[in-house]
Amino acid sequence: MDEVRLIEVKEDILADNKKVAEGLRQKLAKDKAFLVNLMASPGAGKTSLILKTIEVLRADLNIGVIEADIDSKVDSEKVAAQGIYAIQLRTGGFCHVDATMVAQCIDAMDVKAFDLILLENVGNLVCPAEVDAGATLNAMILSVPEGDDKPLKYPLMFSIVDVLVVNKIDFLELSDFDVDVLRKRVLTLNPGIKIFEVSSQTGQGIEAWANWLKEKVYASIK
Amino acid sequence: MHELPVIESILKVALTHGQKNDVQKITAIYLQVGELSDLEDEWMQRYFDYLSKDSIAEGAQLKIDRVPVMMQCEDCTISFQVDIKKIDEIVCPECNGKSNKLISGRGYFIKNMEVI
Repeated sequence: MDEVRLIEVKEDILADNKKVAEGLRQKLAKDKAFLVNLMASPGAGKTSLILKTIEVLRADLNIGVIEADIDSKVDSEKVAAQGIYAIQLRTGGFCHVDATMVAQCIDAMDVKAFDLILLENVGNLVCPAEVDAGATLNAMILSVPEGDDKPLKYPLMFSIVDVLVVNKIDFLELSDFDVDVLRKRVLTLNPGIKIFEVSSQTGQGIEAWANWLKEKVYASIK
Repeated sequence: MHELPVIESILKVALTHGQKNDVQKITAIYLQVGELSDLEDEWMQRYFDYLSKDSIAEGAQLKIDRVPVMMQCEDCTISFQVDIKKIDEIVCPECNGKSNKLISGRGYFIKNMEVI
């Protein structure tokens, strides 16, 4: 009778991805390109915020966009219509992008020609939080209609991002969303996070966010 | 769909170690999964059964240990376990500090495997 034995593995299953992500970050730093991984639920306003951010920053920065979607080109066409370079990343059913997929896009772009690359991750608050996309900065959008209880349901996402943009702030009056409660919950999970309140519709807060991002880009690529 | 890439990676690592150690069959895989993971044990096993068909890992049981969520107080630096569902009540048990950093509870780690 064959004997059962125990063999040691001791491996982090996301280790391969982490390695690729670190390599990508180094390449981006060397080529002086700043990659923002933008994560949010479907409908939180990722594409609108990208378009608004581009409006403010296009005079100062060369911007490119990577649009990740399970299987559509709707968003990349919207960005390209503004005369901005957009590359479509079709994940083919995957609910998030991993560092290898992003690295392929970066390789396909003339990355040295860009200061800022905005990556729109797949709309979802679960998986993108677990898989390092290799970005310089991780950002999340939460829109007011989603509710201030989201940090209770998706703590991992709120804990891993560098910045949170609270979008559709013009909806506050119509809802019971409490910005103070949200801030307290988010800061409990992530004391170092930066929080902006914006409305892509009215333009409120967009400049503050975009200028903060611009400073980050300058500090990193200059 | 999140289960698929995660389980694929687990299977890949398990098969690599199986081949390296010349095993005929993997009967169990001991995993440490962060409490913050949204994957349920039952579903992980189901996806694993599906993906591992016709490999040396077919029929292997996933033995899953949940790694508790720990935070570290930024003021007095002690670490403590938290119930992440009760965010509104999280304070440092030592100094009542409210600035706490997440230090564990994420990720997927394969400890070891039972093999024949």
